[in-house]
Amino acid sequence: MSWLHLIVLAPFLATVLIPVIHKVSPKLHIGWAVLLLPVVLLISLLSQIGAVSKHQVVEETMPWIPSYGLSFDVYLDGLSMLFALLITGIGTLVVLYSIYYLDKHKERLQAFYVYLLLFMGAMLGVVLSDNLMLLYLFWEATSLASFLLIAYWTHREKSRYGAQKSMLITVFGGMAMLAGFILLYVMGGTFSIRGLVEQASQLAADPLFVPAMLLVLLGAFTKSAQFPFHIWLPDAMEAPTPVSAYLHSATMVKAGLYLVARMTPIFAGQAEWFWLVAGFGLLTLLWGSFSAVKQTDLKSILAFSTISQLGLIMSLLGVGSLAVLYDAADERLFYAAVLAAVFHLFNHATFKGALFMVAGIVDHETGTRDIRKLGGLMSLMPVTFTVAVVGGLSMAGLPPFNGFLSKEMFFTGMLKVLAADIFALETWGILFPVIAVIASIFTFVYSLMLIMRTFLGKLQPEKLEKKPHEAPIGMLISPIVLASLVLLVGFYPNLVAYSLLEPAVSAILPSLLAPGDHFEAHISFWHGWNTELYMTIGVIAVGLLLVLTLRRWISLYDQLPQRLTLNRLYDGMLVGLQKGSSKGTDLYMTGSLRTYLVYILMFFILVIGGSIVGHRPTLDMSGNAPVAAYELLLALILAGSAVAIVLVSSRMSAILATGAVGYMVSLYFVILRAPDLALTQLVVETVSVALFLLCFYHLPKLRRDMNRVRFQSANFVIAIGVGAIITFLTLAVQGVRPFASISDYFLDNSYKEAGGDNVVNVILVDFRGFDTMLEILVLGIASIGIYALIKLRMTGGESREHE
Amino acid sequence: MELLVAILIGVLFMIGTYLILTRRLLRIILGTVLLSHGAHLLLMTTAGLKRGAPPLLGEEAAAYTDPLPQALILTSIVISFGVTSFILVLAYRTYKQLGTDDMEQLRRQEDE
Repeated sequence: MSWLHLIVLAPFLATVLIPVIHKVSPKLHIGWAVLLLPVVLLISLLSQIGAVSKHQVVEETMPWIPSYGLSFDVYLDGLSMLFALLITGIGTLVVLYSIYYLDKHKERLQAFYVYLLLFMGAMLGVVLSDNLMLLYLFWEATSLASFLLIAYWTHREKSRYGAQKSMLITVFGGMAMLAGFILLYVMGGTFSIRGLVEQASQLAADPLFVPAMLLVLLGAFTKSAQFPFHIWLPDAMEAPTPVSAYLHSATMVKAGLYLVARMTPIFAGQAEWFWLVAGFGLLTLLWGSFSAVKQTDLKSILAFSTISQLGLIMSLLGVGSLAVLYDAADERLFYAAVLAAVFHLFNHATFKGALFMVAGIVDHETGTRDIRKLGGLMSLMPVTFTVAVVGGLSMAGLPPFNGFLSKEMFFTGMLKVLAADIFALETWGILFPVIAVIASIFTFVYSLMLIMRTFLGKLQPEKLEKKPHEAPIGMLISPIVLASLVLLVGFYPNLVAYSLLEPAVSAILPSLLAPGDHFEAHISFWHGWNTELYMTIGVIAVGLLLVLTLRRWISLYDQLPQRLTLNRLYDGMLVGLQKGSSKGTDLYMTGSLRTYLVYILMFFILVIGGSIVGHRPTLDMSGNAPVAAYELLLALILAGSAVAIVLVSSRMSAILATGAVGYMVSLYFVILRAPDLALTQLVVETVSVALFLLCFYHLPKLRRDMNRVRFQSANFVIAIGVGAIITFLTLAVQGVRPFASISDYFLDNSYKEAGGDNVVNVILVDFRGFDTMLEILVLGIASIGIYALIKLRMTGGESREHE
Repeated sequence: MELLVAILIGVLFMIGTYLILTRRLLRIILGTVLLSHGAHLLLMTTAGLKRGAPPLLGEEAAAYTDPLPQALILTSIVISFGVTSFILVLAYRTYKQLGTDDMEQLRRQEDE
């Protein structure tokens, strides 16, 4: 157990303490205690940043299930570091923010922070695991924590719906990813990611390579809300805002990006990988930004914006994967895209985190998030407004904020695709910069819309539930910190470029680096009058025009078909699944005892009968005892009485015939040298018959079954089948003695140890005395049941009897 | 002898199976009774029949029949008696309460 293991496990261990802390000091807002943990984790991770930026790797191993090749291997490189810092850093700010957001008297805080810590630990586990199975375990744990947090306000139907939706979609993807991991294991013989990266070139030749890639990507796309799986993210906005800021914009939804980045060394250079990652990324970027414009809920705008930004990063990772195909002169063109991806990933966490917190503050202080009711909050909430402007303009890609820098780099990456001459990019490459520009225009529009509709314009106090005022200072600290980061990184991007981003890029593209080498990661504001700048200027110009004429064209969205949305498809599938499975179940679960018995008996006939036909055991009759004439006679009487039970029409005769069978069986016990059995059977049979007659004395005459002939003949066939198989089995087991019987022990010791001559009795009351005691217990329970059935009269039954 | 008993067991199982597939509660119970008779004889036969004197040591015989299946069957007889009487009374109560012993009608009553 090393410190790195402890970082993953600490949040899980801390969950145990939460109820204890609550008991010790019930007046404390539990968030203050929880806050300590991410702070400590953040500091201990920061202490390693020097080593990691020099490309040193921390790796620790701990055996878990060695026989299955599963070990708790953790691994800290540049990529893991970037994510771990985001998780603990944003985690710290979110916990601080939540202390003021969630009221300690009204909310179930203990549950909230337990879920949040579970998530933090699971997410750290995802980014620090080297073992694929471990990664999967933590991956699903993040889905679970997300489910619990979205459904945190369990009384809201929408919360429950959103939680279920996110769970179904992400766990579906997780399952696919698990299958992909298993395929990778089949190909490479190891669950270790580094082990697989080492054999990347051999893996690519395997026929399972492409299926594994598709399955892993399915996991990544569902988790990172890529089109068409993005539909869960807007519904996940039912979660408390701190959760949306943390899970659904800064960390969990980026797990898919992490997976794609982590798997890049294995899959990069394949045409399928490039087209899927870059293609779905661009599609998501476009669709997300397009849909964000029509939203009216602050958090919905941010959700679609997150979807589109995730698509942006995804497409950059796809383009960056081309780098491995080019040699030194050209690879700079493409690893710049990966650099842009990790840079934007970081920037997005800062500005989107700030914006979510702003949305939370607006919701908290005005009681609504609907931009149609909001407006004019600028003078009432100056600090919030400032933060919103910084975050919003950064999202729009305006200087001097960090979003501008990464958006420029994004344009650079997309333009470089034009230079590529593989994977049919000569013809299709032009789409990349075009889509990038269109999506950026929409991004610009919704970013400005977000600021203007909320803070500018006229205040509409009559539409607000509360009188709006500035948020308490504690709630403002976290967004202010994030906004400062947006500015700081905007002005001094190279603060993070070499310490954080370059190590992450080298972790994603390790094959391009000679030992001791590093990537050129200098980020600068001014590149001269180049295409990217013209693109940005074009985006701003068209964007401004669209914003100013917003009212004229926003109604165009209503012209879109409403019936064919993905959400309807999802809901329809869910309803269809339920109806389909309940219909399917009704088909065979008829509620009729006979049907169920037929299933069981048919199974018996098919399996046992089938194996008899398959194996053809030989019947050994050599050692059989001889048959005397009276034995044959008894057998005939027995069989005759049994058949009579079916044939007779009166209840009484049927009971008597059954009694006859029982007496014949006890006579057979005599013949077969079992005097005790014969005696017991005689007694039991007598009592049974009496009981039967007693019970059914009052009942009407037994009518012949009015079953349809088809049923009767089917019953008959099944009965003959069962009888024949049992007969055959009885004969087949005769000669078989797979192991020595323990009966000799009883015969030898019954007198010596227990002093009894009757071996059967000694076995029952001495050797197996406990069994007999429990048998008596069963009889006792049965007799209590019988007594209760006869004596008890339920009130409900009473009325029925009098009907 | 084994062949004869095996056929008897087959007949008991066959009639028992046929009875439990019918609609009348009483017949179903009688079917289970027959099935347990069949099972007892089956247990008896697996150890071989008439392979010596009854397992009473006072007989001082050279060989005894296997006592173990007999002990098991004895337990089973008692247990099946308990179970049979319980379902019997259950069926009686069901009839008293619901006025029928037809499984199909009982099923429909549950749906109401």
